[in-house]
Amino acid sequence: MAAFILRRLLVTIPVLAGILFATFLIKALIPTDAVLALYSGKVTEQKAEAAIAAIRAKYDLDKPWYEQFASYAVKVAQGDLGESIRTRRPVADEIGFRYVNTMILTGAALLVAVLVGLTTGIASAYWKGSWIDEAAMAVGIMGISMPAFFFGLVLIYFFGVQLKWLPVIGTGDLRSLILPALTLGLIESAPLSRITRSSMLDVLSQDYIKAARAKGLSEAYIVLRHALPNALLSILTIVGLQIGGLLGGAFIIEVVFGWHGIGELAVKAIGWRDFTITQAIILISACTYVSVNLVVDILYAWADPRINHR
Amino acid sequence: MTALSSPMHSSASPAAPIAPVIEVRGLRTHFTGETGIIRAVDGVDLHVRAGECLGLVGESGCGKTITALSLVRLVSPPGRIAAGEILYDGRDLVKASEADLLALRGDRISMIFQQPKASLNPVIQIGWQVAELFCHHRGMARRAAWLEAVELLKAVGLPAAERKALAYPHELSGGQAQRVMIAMALALKPRLLIADEPTTALDVTVQAQILHLLRGLCRDFGTALILVTHDLGVVAETADRVAVMYAGQIVETADVVPLFAQPAHPYTRGLLHSMPVQGRRRDRLDAIPGSVPPPGLTMAGCRFAPRCSFAFERCHAEPPPLVGLPDGRQARCWLAIPEPTRSRSHSDDVARPGQPD
Repeated sequence: MAAFILRRLLVTIPVLAGILFATFLIKALIPTDAVLALYSGKVTEQKAEAAIAAIRAKYDLDKPWYEQFASYAVKVAQGDLGESIRTRRPVADEIGFRYVNTMILTGAALLVAVLVGLTTGIASAYWKGSWIDEAAMAVGIMGISMPAFFFGLVLIYFFGVQLKWLPVIGTGDLRSLILPALTLGLIESAPLSRITRSSMLDVLSQDYIKAARAKGLSEAYIVLRHALPNALLSILTIVGLQIGGLLGGAFIIEVVFGWHGIGELAVKAIGWRDFTITQAIILISACTYVSVNLVVDILYAWADPRINHR
Repeated sequence: MTALSSPMHSSASPAAPIAPVIEVRGLRTHFTGETGIIRAVDGVDLHVRAGECLGLVGESGCGKTITALSLVRLVSPPGRIAAGEILYDGRDLVKASEADLLALRGDRISMIFQQPKASLNPVIQIGWQVAELFCHHRGMARRAAWLEAVELLKAVGLPAAERKALAYPHELSGGQAQRVMIAMALALKPRLLIADEPTTALDVTVQAQILHLLRGLCRDFGTALILVTHDLGVVAETADRVAVMYAGQIVETADVVPLFAQPAHPYTRGLLHSMPVQGRRRDRLDAIPGSVPPPGLTMAGCRFAPRCSFAFERCHAEPPPLVGLPDGRQARCWLAIPEPTRSRSHSDDVARPGQPD
């Protein structure tokens, strides 16, 4: 198992290198020159030439691209994400607490998605064709087709404006976490519920379930102990992919709910043309996604005895 | 032939005729589909005594597996038991509550299935799959149940049982998996074991070992065994009594020796002739012409008549009843009925004394 994890870790190295290079390229892809963006309208023509040259030198922008990339890679490896072009503060300081906030939101949303998705999926599979199944299907299709920001606004309207149960905008406490986490989690629970249903249906038709029934085990025990672990194997892969969706969804939801996470900052930074922050956020999101999938892979190998760990 | 009914091996008293462990009367299991009702099991009577092995034989699709599943009420929808009684311990299982059935299944009545590897849960260690029976039906603690399970795996001849108990099903061979299934089925010393094609998926070399194990343990525990199979070789090797099924009905029942020596029903005769016999050279095996009628089809006469080389007018017009023959056998054939009886009009089935539920 240790060898399996080690090998899996080694595989992520080229992936991380690719991510690093892609984020590095962002600088080249933004429509305006970063330095000009920073200085537009703030300096006089005469001073500009000299100042721009100085800035270019400071950010290595006058060097060939491979040298720029090398120094960027070295800095990132040292944990130095540069400093914000707008605030001149280290990017790590700007991002740190926001990253934690985003992880809290994504984690809470994942919890909602898994609880709701698995429960409804299992129930629809077990009572296939019943009203429970039909209702879950209808709600699920709504969830899949509704954009997250719209659903967020609907929740804000009902629970924040009409019922006044929950704050409509982020205040940093747990109560303001409920609405954004519900929005994101319920939206992501819809596809999870469908996958769980089909996966459970497949497992419930297997011979070993019939054999378990012939052993006189109770239905609840058969579903939870015999069927679910088998169904979870395929569900787990989907959950890994969905975390990507949650991270992406968090960007929009954070703006809608004023949740101070990296998503909200990214949207602002793009407006400010602050490419160091944008770069850092993309880098850190991509690394999070890779790490999560690494964990999912390891969990998968641990959960399925048929996977060879050598 | 080793399968002579030998009461010495039986733990039950050999003297008086023993009351059957389970008695099935007029069992009908129907499947309701878009094309109408399919009568997969159409009026089956059978019984089996403690320590006895009843072979339930027939081609694929004759309803033998559905009969077996009906006995423990595990036919899944759209199938349902439409009529009949399954008498166990004075109770009719057709009317039993789900809670009663849960208590019986795996404890008093257990089953073994055709595909041993597919019948074991791929993500649970086999030791636990055995041990959960002790936890579930006997309320044993996990540790004690595990030890019990390991002992049982030893008893069914699983090599290195302590280590193998920790294994997952994919690490076992087919024969080992079937040994585990046998361990599970006999864990609580059930009164009835229904084995549905227990050796069909196994190598021929392993088949005999598994049958021997199964038969031996059932004798030791006094467990009645219903062996569902299409393989007459398996029946000859294992069964005491045989019921031959055709198109949802039993067409002949007899003790195993007379059945093989002198089959009363042309279908049984056909089955025997289509079996290779050691030491006798034949260029071709005889096959029964035609094929099993589709289960939805309703026929006026004998269901086997279209394939029967002995059929005459009456066979096509009137369904023969299952009649008792002098030596305690039964056959569903006009030709098997002794002359004086043959002319008389018969009721649908063998007359039986009525018994309360």
